[in-house]
Amino acid sequence: MILKSKDLLLKKTKVMFKKIIILSIFSLFMLVLPSISKSDSTTLYANEKVADPSGLTTGTVSDIPAAKAGEPTAGEVATAVGHNKISINLVWLLLCGFLVFFMQAGFALVETGFTRAKNVAHTMAMNLFVYPAGMLAFYVCGFAIMFGGVGALATLGGYDGLNSEVSFTLFGHAFGLFGTKGFFMNGIYDVAVLGFFVFQVVFMDAAATIPTGAMAERWKFASFAVFGFFVGGIIYPLYGNWVWGGGWLAQLGSNFGLGHGHIDFAGSSVVHLTGGVLAFVGAKMLGARIGKYNKDGSPNAIPGHNIPMAVLGSLILAFGWFGFNSGSTLSGTDLRFAVVAFNTMIASCGGALVATLWMWFVRGNKPDVSMMCNGLLAGLVAITAPCAFVSPAGALIIGLISGALVVEAAFFVEKKLKIDDPVGAIAVHGANGIWGVLALGLFADGTYGDGLNGIAGNVKGLFYGCPGQFGAEFIGAATNIIFVGASGWLVFKFLDVIIGNRVTPDVELLGLDVPEMGTEGYSGIKMDKNSETPLSR
Amino acid sequence: MKKIEAIIRTAKFEEVKIELKKIGIDFFSYWEANGVGNEIMREHHSYRGTVYDTQYIPRIFITIVLRDINVEKTVNCIEKIAFTGEVGDGMIFIYTIDESVRISNGTRGDESTIGPGDFKK
Repeated sequence: MILKSKDLLLKKTKVMFKKIIILSIFSLFMLVLPSISKSDSTTLYANEKVADPSGLTTGTVSDIPAAKAGEPTAGEVATAVGHNKISINLVWLLLCGFLVFFMQAGFALVETGFTRAKNVAHTMAMNLFVYPAGMLAFYVCGFAIMFGGVGALATLGGYDGLNSEVSFTLFGHAFGLFGTKGFFMNGIYDVAVLGFFVFQVVFMDAAATIPTGAMAERWKFASFAVFGFFVGGIIYPLYGNWVWGGGWLAQLGSNFGLGHGHIDFAGSSVVHLTGGVLAFVGAKMLGARIGKYNKDGSPNAIPGHNIPMAVLGSLILAFGWFGFNSGSTLSGTDLRFAVVAFNTMIASCGGALVATLWMWFVRGNKPDVSMMCNGLLAGLVAITAPCAFVSPAGALIIGLISGALVVEAAFFVEKKLKIDDPVGAIAVHGANGIWGVLALGLFADGTYGDGLNGIAGNVKGLFYGCPGQFGAEFIGAATNIIFVGASGWLVFKFLDVIIGNRVTPDVELLGLDVPEMGTEGYSGIKMDKNSETPLSR
Repeated sequence: MKKIEAIIRTAKFEEVKIELKKIGIDFFSYWEANGVGNEIMREHHSYRGTVYDTQYIPRIFITIVLRDINVEKTVNCIEKIAFTGEVGDGMIFIYTIDESVRISNGTRGDESTIGPGDFKK
């Protein structure tokens, strides 16, 4: 036995020596190689530009396209400057769009973290599938309905192919209803439009994925899949057209003198309230999860299976939100985006701070982690609409209020309305979506927004002397609740009749993963499935 | 030859393991067990503002098979270390074992409770 171990030791030493020799040859090679290539470059490319390690001399007059190289005319310089401006805008737009796309990961993690281990594959799959389903519907008809009549894309070069809005005239005023240019992206093969499409698709995905959280752990996947097409293709684009596509809510200002009309900078109403209202209607129609409520109506806690996952998801969402809000300038040369980024940051911190303290000292006795996450997102949802129009102090106030609002709304939904919302989507996106647009109508400070929706002058809220703006915001929020609520109800009712919305009770008790998706999310890990479902008493 | 089964607090397990090693019990089996009982909950769970009780009490379940001469010191050791004086400290059970076989070297009875290379005991 001793001999054996001695042999082993000898063998090990030999292998180690071999490794050391290979490593030293490799590092010698790495040291010698750069000096060889260096001597090459001096001899071969002596006539070319010298290397520029400090980055100070790269990019000169010779980089401006000109008929006579190195001596551009004033016109050629101006063209290059204009091209660069639009390039910067498009780069900013797409970069922010990619950030927003990453929010899809955040939504998936938050929702799955707050649900039980037996339903993770199902919840994750919903969050992924909403992307292809919604995207396809947006490509087929959503984009055309939403932006088919938006007009020239001013910050992206002014291409005006999207020029066909259907509207009806009432009392001498035109009411834009929906666009009709660009079904299947036909006839708008243009860099600006396709870049714009990418940016808008990820916003639509955010709206479509919100209901999957509130309806998690009991929603039939087939029903959800069809629902994704309806949201991406019809419900979201219609309301979006009214606000962002030049529709009648945006025209409230020019038609009725209500400030600048309904303004929603990055989507508190268009994206989040739409998602929140759909979540509300859907969760109400599905009913509570088995075991959520006792016979006397008091709720039971159904703790999420992975709090670290939910926290990570919330932080990913907060990160992506910088793209969501700052990118909505649609312009990398509109420097207001720095203010937007600041406001986004401070409001989210305010929301998380107050939600935590509110749970700790007012509504409970512990700084509840899930509410901390909800508070962070609540502040972000609330600042989404006003982020470009309010002062830093205004943003902080909006965030602080959203923190208390999200806790109270969550309690109201759970204990009074008896609607089971596992992740708090209704409180976060619904309640704070409303608060976001109303806050714009209150706190807009008149330093930005000249010419928005065709109205001269900056956007001012109620506190800065423009009650009409608040009126327009109120009408916008009310319209969203009524329209999205009603159309959402219709879609869910339709799906209930043809497919059925809810899984059977035994599937729900066993977990949706295997019956719905075919495999467990955590295959090979033992779970006590019974202990996860509280008994209704 | 006896078998000792002990149900102890999860928080006491590491301490018990170290003390058992000191008196010469080098190997034993354990698993995580859940119990239901009348333990007074010191910390209530709360999630999203709703207070709830977990439906189980986590404990560690230890099984040791040893020669008769080792039983008393082992039991005393566990009893001393796992003690807090509050409800829920656990239980120790002692059984008589008829026969045992160590699969690796075929030894039986008392001899089989001594591991290979373990000549001290």
